[in-house]
Amino acid sequence: MSAEDKIPVTVLTGYLGAGKTTLLNRILTEPHGKKFAVVVNEFGEVGIDNDLVVGADEEVFEMNNGCICCTVRGDLIRIIESLMKRKGRFDAIIVETTGLADPAPVAQTFFVDQDVAEKTRLDAVVTVVDAKWLSERLKDAPEARNQIAFADVLILNKTDLVTEDELAAVEALIRGINPYAKLHKTQRSAVPLDAVLGRNAFDLDRILDIEPDFLEPGHHHHHSDEIGSIAITVEGDINPEKFMPWINEFTQVRGPDLLRCKGILSFKNEPRRFVFQGVHMILDGDLQRDWREDETRQSKMVFIGRKLNRQDIEAAVEACRA
Amino acid sequence: MTTQAQTSLTQNVTALDGVDHVITAAFIGTHPVLVRADGRVEIITDGQTHSLTPHGGAPVLLGCVAGERLLTGGEDGKIIATSVDGSLTEIADNKGRWVDALVAGPSQSLAWSCGKSVFCRDGKGQIRTWEAPSSVRGLGFLPKGYRLAIAHYNGASLWFPNSEAKPESLDWKGSHLDLTVSPDGRFVVTSMQENTLHGWRLTDKKDMRMSGYPSKVRSLSWSHDGQWLATSGAEAAVIWPFKDKDGPMGKPPRECGVRPAKITQVAFHPKSLVLAIGYEDNCILLCRLTDAAELLVRRPVEGAGSITSMAWDGAGKRLIFGTSEGQAGLLTLP
Repeated sequence: MSAEDKIPVTVLTGYLGAGKTTLLNRILTEPHGKKFAVVVNEFGEVGIDNDLVVGADEEVFEMNNGCICCTVRGDLIRIIESLMKRKGRFDAIIVETTGLADPAPVAQTFFVDQDVAEKTRLDAVVTVVDAKWLSERLKDAPEARNQIAFADVLILNKTDLVTEDELAAVEALIRGINPYAKLHKTQRSAVPLDAVLGRNAFDLDRILDIEPDFLEPGHHHHHSDEIGSIAITVEGDINPEKFMPWINEFTQVRGPDLLRCKGILSFKNEPRRFVFQGVHMILDGDLQRDWREDETRQSKMVFIGRKLNRQDIEAAVEACRA
Repeated sequence: MTTQAQTSLTQNVTALDGVDHVITAAFIGTHPVLVRADGRVEIITDGQTHSLTPHGGAPVLLGCVAGERLLTGGEDGKIIATSVDGSLTEIADNKGRWVDALVAGPSQSLAWSCGKSVFCRDGKGQIRTWEAPSSVRGLGFLPKGYRLAIAHYNGASLWFPNSEAKPESLDWKGSHLDLTVSPDGRFVVTSMQENTLHGWRLTDKKDMRMSGYPSKVRSLSWSHDGQWLATSGAEAAVIWPFKDKDGPMGKPPRECGVRPAKITQVAFHPKSLVLAIGYEDNCILLCRLTDAAELLVRRPVEGAGSITSMAWDGAGKRLIFGTSEGQAGLLTLP
């Protein structure tokens, strides 16, 4: 099955009351002519405006593959297996998680389970954030931070409930955790559909550039246990024989702390760009298109996670120079 | 005639093609029956197909045969029994919760699960429930006594529904999927998320690991004499010996039907050591264990999907099968 034939899956996360269900209903009721299968937590909110709504248990289990952070959603594997027996019934799947959920097991399900990966592809993790209450949430709920760090798309919602200064402050807070996700400021979760659907965020071919949407948060002083991001740019070529073993080992050893990573690399004597991306220990990488004449051959990568030490990572990458 | 003609049974297959994924291909008594994912049940009587929709318009998730009736679990959360004459009986209503596993037991009993909840219904209609420690994937009745084996995360449980006693647990870390009990009741075998099988010898709870599969094992079939367990999941049917006291421990499995396609379904003949093997490319072979002789039942057809269900009739004269793209057929042995 080619990537285009696979059913895209959007994962919708966000802390309780942030506006997830509003966004979900907005997606479902827009006149797009698309049919969705929606997977919700069985104890979740009611009032979802769709024919096909499946209740899930949000049951997370560890894979017995020696990888301690490799958790998947068992119920999701079962639901998708059943859903995929009915072709033509829906064009896409939306998985809404509870406010307390860690997005990683949901995302990993689409890479780890062979049967699920054969028929579906993870399109993007979309996180809805409450502009008014985020700073409070970040103090008492580690899940809220996780959900922001993990996101490909961030919906900063309820902007009408805060002042401009407060909004700037909450945006800075979010960008301190995840400067790379696409951020949309909304009221009542009003966002164009193409901002959340059809993102292809996990498609190696779509890794075009790695530019923070916000000021490089290098000057922030994170508490070392907090989630943050580290971006590294290396001018000149990288030696794949040094880099590949390092990135493999790094993601294996630091997997539990490393939420997401992404990179575009210039390998010596290689006309094509090497791109990679990862979720915890799951790493995917391949040669992509050729470097263009007008492009500077440089290597950029970003790591989002907790307890990441900039000096150590920089030194390790520096040692991989060609 | 050529040699090929003698090794092929393709002429003996009657097509029962449709368009929707075949969830269950089986026999109710002597009547071939197909359950399709769109919710239709097709009963074939005297060459005529009678189509029913036991769940109204709702799709069906799973089906199994219980004596002279077909049981189906639908997206409407109901379990419906369908008889050959087309009469429908509602067995249970799980209020919209999907039925994840459904199995028929001795003396008209049956069991099903929704999430962590396991339900066991005896022949008189008395329903007992048990909350498993985690979501349940596979169920299997033991051949003697009214006892159910339940596969879940980190092991399996053995439950006497009529007893207040806590179910006995069989522990093994990981996610257990389908479950089967050996016909003599000595072994419980589960398939696992990590492409392995796990077994327990019930007398002493001794663990058995059967590994080496390139994908999940989702079809398990015991030989009529209970001495062999055939499994899907590889590019050959992997058949484990269970004759001895130790089961397959320390013994290599037999392999047959090697082709460059993964096996999705296996079904042992009810009276002889002949295995029907269905592949991901919808090819079907019969393989005789004693001399590895092979007979072709169905040539692979491009775009027809994988074999999703296969069953012999009680006499071992006919084999029914269906594919993920809705094709189906009935083999009548010469």
